[in-house]
Amino acid sequence: MSDEKIIQVPTMAEMLAKGEIPEILFWVGCAGSFDERAQRITRDICKILSHVGLKFAILGTEEGCTGDPAKRAGNEFLFQMQAMMNIELLNGYEVKKIVTACPHCFNTIKNEYPLLGGQYEVIHHSQLLQQLIDEGKLKASGGESFKGKRITYHDPCYLGRSNNVYEAPRKTLEALDAQLVEMKRCRSNGLCCGAGGAQMFKEPEPGKKDINIERIDEALKTEPEVIAAACPFCMTMLRDGVKNYNKEEEVQVLDIAEITARANGL
Amino acid sequence: MISQLIFAVIFILAIALFTYNIRKIVRNIKLGRPLKRSDRPKERLKTMLRVAFGQSKMTKRPVAFVLHLFVYLGFVIINIEMLEIVIDGLAGTHRVFAGLGILYNFLIACFEWLALGVLVGCAIFLIRRNIIHVKRFFGVEMTKWPRTDANLILIAEILLMIAFLSMNAADFKMQSLNQETVIGSFPISQWLVNLLPADLDALHIIERCCWWFHIVGVLAFLNYLPYSKHLHIIFAFPNTYFSNLHPKGQFSNMESVQHEVKAMLDPSYTPPSTDQPVRFGVKDIQDLTWKNLLDAYTCTECGRCTSVCPANITGKLLSPRKIMMDTRDRTAEIGKNIDHNGNFSDDGKALLDDYISREEIWACTTCNACVEACPVNINPLEIIVNLRQYAIMEESQAPSSINAMFGNIENNGAPWKYAQADRANWREVN
Ligand code: SF4
Ligand code: SF4
Repeated sequence: MSDEKIIQVPTMAEMLAKGEIPEILFWVGCAGSFDERAQRITRDICKILSHVGLKFAILGTEEGCTGDPAKRAGNEFLFQMQAMMNIELLNGYEVKKIVTACPHCFNTIKNEYPLLGGQYEVIHHSQLLQQLIDEGKLKASGGESFKGKRITYHDPCYLGRSNNVYEAPRKTLEALDAQLVEMKRCRSNGLCCGAGGAQMFKEPEPGKKDINIERIDEALKTEPEVIAAACPFCMTMLRDGVKNYNKEEEVQVLDIAEITARANGL
Repeated sequence: MISQLIFAVIFILAIALFTYNIRKIVRNIKLGRPLKRSDRPKERLKTMLRVAFGQSKMTKRPVAFVLHLFVYLGFVIINIEMLEIVIDGLAGTHRVFAGLGILYNFLIACFEWLALGVLVGCAIFLIRRNIIHVKRFFGVEMTKWPRTDANLILIAEILLMIAFLSMNAADFKMQSLNQETVIGSFPISQWLVNLLPADLDALHIIERCCWWFHIVGVLAFLNYLPYSKHLHIIFAFPNTYFSNLHPKGQFSNMESVQHEVKAMLDPSYTPPSTDQPVRFGVKDIQDLTWKNLLDAYTCTECGRCTSVCPANITGKLLSPRKIMMDTRDRTAEIGKNIDHNGNFSDDGKALLDDYISREEIWACTTCNACVEACPVNINPLEIIVNLRQYAIMEESQAPSSINAMFGNIENNGAPWKYAQADRANWREVN
């Protein structure tokens, strides 16, 4: 909750110009760049990275969509165009390690870019947070207390089932001394938020309910004070669901990065 | 002697017919495109042992798991008993393994307990399907035949087990009446003894009838498999062996597209020449891989995939089980076409549209819940995405909002309509 207007986040190009090499590239992603709500998560991640003294950079205007929605929608041409341009860029900067705040970017760069010549060590921000907590660099102190608060965590499909990352995000919540309450469908049985597979960009097919409403019904059954998300798409879907029930006052939807930033008073 | 001969003829005919039908299915599966799935044999073997042999993915639903385990163990172990029955039938012996003594008694006792397990398991399964109406067993794709198929199998198994136990009971009673030392141990069938007549001739007839019913029943059952979802008792093993070992989020790479895109980005790149015209995506069976088709023949129609599908849960048309059943039905149809015409002659139909509708494929969120849920590692999602690829790349037919998203990515490098130049503006606002 700092009040400086501009966060100092260098781009790869700027770093290169100064002859510096960052330890890690922060892949912001389209949602993190443009979606107003997700931008707040982006900024919190930057705050955390600066706070722990990690030397990082972004691609800035050079970054382009990873191609994930195109690929899931079946447009392999468009996907590969995006992928190859991004890979060329990343290889040009000799990027070794990437952190992303979006499970879709994470999955695509980690699993699909290697098939097209892009090999990087890719981690999701939940994994980085867990690592920083384990190393004692993030302490969950000095900020807002989440002690004893009821938090339920929604597993993003592309982090959980797709890549078996279930524990890292939970560890970041456990560090808060909060009360982690699981939904009935969690971990490998988790229910999709409804945004994946390019659904984010279209109207759902006719049915009796929207998927995010089904998910929120389940989340609300745990009587949470906070619904924790780890994906900007999930964030949108979950917030819409909460709004649908006019529960914005009682239930907050927060990304684990935001929660961590708040707990550390950043 | 004459009965031995009859047995031999029935036995050989049954095996021959079964082989003939299985080979047809294998030929149908080979209609699919090539795909390499023979790397990492150790890991594959482990997956097979864990998932198919060890039933590891069944445990998620404990009730079904326990019941299925009864039936499964019964099936696997009673095969040893079948060996004795077949040898007896061919050689005209009676209980040829009896010489094993105590071990034999132990084995027979095990078989009896397992037979009871199968009986109880199948009976409860029947109740769940027909009386309790467990939701998973219904749905648009569960038309009359799939439901009859399931019931037929369960009833057949019950009858086979009853025959097996009655046979043992009759044998046991004969041995007791003859005041012989009893060969075998009959912990379950001894309870049936009082239901049987005390006449030796009658007992003998009952024993023979049950013996014949049992073995002919098993052979008939074997030949029913190729027409039934019950084929999974065989195909579950190869299907899990050839599982996808990559992370579920990794969708396969289309090399044909890769060459074109490379050539577009780098004019000096010459793609390797291919003889076959390439079709992008999947319209019909021949565009799928053999693994997709093996998946289809392995599907048990258990509906675990559908019951976790977010689209299906919220009332959309999509059901991953239906995707697999449609794929199998279409493959079988093409197989018949080939049998009939020698070669596939165009029937004006295709998997897309004639079996699977656009509404279904566009409802998928690619969440992998179906893939995770399938107890035999089937992947309905891959077929769905491949059908989408055809709709997009061959026909340019997508929901208009999807086209808008493509346009944005192409022009602005983001799925939304924002300028590339504004990408880092988040740094300046707070
Ligand atoms: S991947 Fe598609 S078909 Fe499978 S469960 Fe998810 S939404 Fe349903
Ligand atoms: S695909 Fe798998 S989970 Fe779905 S019905 Fe078939 S066997 Fe069951």
